[in-house]
Amino acid sequence: MAEQSLAQVPITAASGPLSKAVRRSEGVVIPVAALLCGLLAFSLFLLVVGKSPIEFYQLIYKAGFGTAFSWQNTLSRSAPFLLAALCVALPARLGLVIIGGEGAIVLGGVATGACASLLMNAPALLAIPTMMAVGALAGAVWIGAVGAMRHYRGVNETISSLLMAYIAIAIMNQLVEGPLRDPASLNKPSTLPLAEHLQVGSLPEMDVHWGLAAGIIACVFSWILIEKTSWGFAARIAGGNVRAAQIQGLPVGKLIVGFTALGGAFGGLAGMFEVSAVQGAANASIAAGFGYTGILIAFLARQNPLAIIPVAILLGGIEASSGLIQRRMDLPDATVLVMQGFIFIAILISETFYGKLRIFDPDGWRS
Amino acid sequence: MGEDIGLWGVPLAIIGGAIRVSTPFLFVSLGECLTERSGRINLGLEGTLVFGAMSAYAIAYETGSPWLGVLAAMIAGTIFGLLHGWICSLPKVNDIAIGIALMLFGMGLAFFFGKSFIQPVAPDLPAISFGFWSDYPQVQAALKVNILFLIGIAASLGLWWMLRNTKIGLRIRVVGDSTDAARAMGLRPNVVKLLSTAAGGALAGVGGAYLSLYYPGSWNEGISSGQGLMAVALVIFARWNPIYCFWAALLFGGAGALGPALQSVGVTQGYYLFYAAPYVLTLVVMIFTSSAAKTMTGAPAELSITK
Repeated sequence: MAEQSLAQVPITAASGPLSKAVRRSEGVVIPVAALLCGLLAFSLFLLVVGKSPIEFYQLIYKAGFGTAFSWQNTLSRSAPFLLAALCVALPARLGLVIIGGEGAIVLGGVATGACASLLMNAPALLAIPTMMAVGALAGAVWIGAVGAMRHYRGVNETISSLLMAYIAIAIMNQLVEGPLRDPASLNKPSTLPLAEHLQVGSLPEMDVHWGLAAGIIACVFSWILIEKTSWGFAARIAGGNVRAAQIQGLPVGKLIVGFTALGGAFGGLAGMFEVSAVQGAANASIAAGFGYTGILIAFLARQNPLAIIPVAILLGGIEASSGLIQRRMDLPDATVLVMQGFIFIAILISETFYGKLRIFDPDGWRS
Repeated sequence: MGEDIGLWGVPLAIIGGAIRVSTPFLFVSLGECLTERSGRINLGLEGTLVFGAMSAYAIAYETGSPWLGVLAAMIAGTIFGLLHGWICSLPKVNDIAIGIALMLFGMGLAFFFGKSFIQPVAPDLPAISFGFWSDYPQVQAALKVNILFLIGIAASLGLWWMLRNTKIGLRIRVVGDSTDAARAMGLRPNVVKLLSTAAGGALAGVGGAYLSLYYPGSWNEGISSGQGLMAVALVIFARWNPIYCFWAALLFGGAGALGPALQSVGVTQGYYLFYAAPYVLTLVVMIFTSSAAKTMTGAPAELSITK
């Protein structure tokens, strides 16, 4: 029996550039098809509530991607998404599902605000790198703790990371209402506004802040780390089978804490740029749900740091058009959330099709 | 009477608060307990809770009957549960990821349809006063118990008995402990899991109805702040036992009532930190009750979260 079935397996799989390209295309075609299916389902939803899906997508194009101005808006909004998605994608290499990136963003932002009030008179060249380091450190400690709890105590990281996000928001509220509060901020408690020279400016020739460049660099760095280094390789083994990794002598604990902390550092950096380039002070506005959109982006990108870049820009464009859609179509602001929900569900359902569709298997074409 | 009872107000307010705040924890954790006993985890109950709160409030407002609102929340919860159960029955789909997606989806839908119900006032669910023997208004307030709380107690006893003594309960437990054994017995694991998830969703929907129809008693977008997720952690703490779920829910409710109780006697320092008490408590409980080395006692063997 066993010999027979072995004999049926072709000894050499079809090779050549076409077969290779076809095999690789599976990882692109399925997510794109799932995205389109999600959008189709959302269109039906819009029709049911009596709105025009065509108008909806036109507005997204117009406000998100239609003009140079809308592109700048889109790119500015995608900056925190890039970093927030890495906070999900890096731990995912170890098989961890972290959904509390919001906590890292919030604490990174508060730490930045506090740091900026201390360094008010320091030169920008010294203060801005310090703010970046402090923001990243705050996020790293927060999400790294989630990894440590997972490894040393077996605490489920999905639940603990979300609890940590709620705790982080409480800490932020306490700090901006108490010790860090700018007495001049009456209605909306904030930290002291950042000094003019400490605000992170725009990229050359564009009206997009430096967070975008930081996000793209972080994505490329993460891709190299995962795909081209032995650490990334070790993390993938540990993510596949912890026991096998331990038998091989891989430092699983260090990998888990290291990858979660690095993801958290990127989350903290997202908060740092939100405070120093967008808000100008740390306040409740930095808990705007970037962390949750980051989860969707990471899953849409199939946890691939390079794929995060286009997906984050797409979601940034949707976010940028949200205001126009609300005004023109008289839809509530939660419409974008509903749309994200449809896409998220479609992308997860699509997981079931990997390796099932004969079209992606050149060996199966002949039979 | 009714004079100032001083610091005694704090424990009293915590007890009263525990009874008031615990009900949503209780219903969601019972629902999650049922689902997890069948070997699946539904992290989407946070979304179910919020959507249940919105649909209950909307229907109660439109019909004037809070009980129809509760029914609507149950139906909505069942639909979310069926959706989760169906998607999870597809091969290679991760139940935790689906839970996160459904959590965001449920909240998005609730905010979408709930926009027009933020202003109007819907009728409340009735409560029974067990504090009539006391002259202190604080005691009377603390012992004003909503009917859903009593139903929740009955439900936890009923669920405990059902899982232990009935054929349905046995089937759920077999599926949760070994899919292979269940197949060998001629059960269809995916159907059992689907129905358990649907029933769990219905219970979580009732928890949501309590939020919007009794305490805090109105619909807004911040109505639930992670109660649905804390309830998932609470089930682990309660070792998948519905009776323990009840005690755990009371404990968490008490932690949630700590902030308002201290505020009522004039302690305003660190208000936000006290507000975070339930999250910290959940985390501490998880750190002490989980283990990196061995499987937890009472855990269904098929459950991905404990593997």
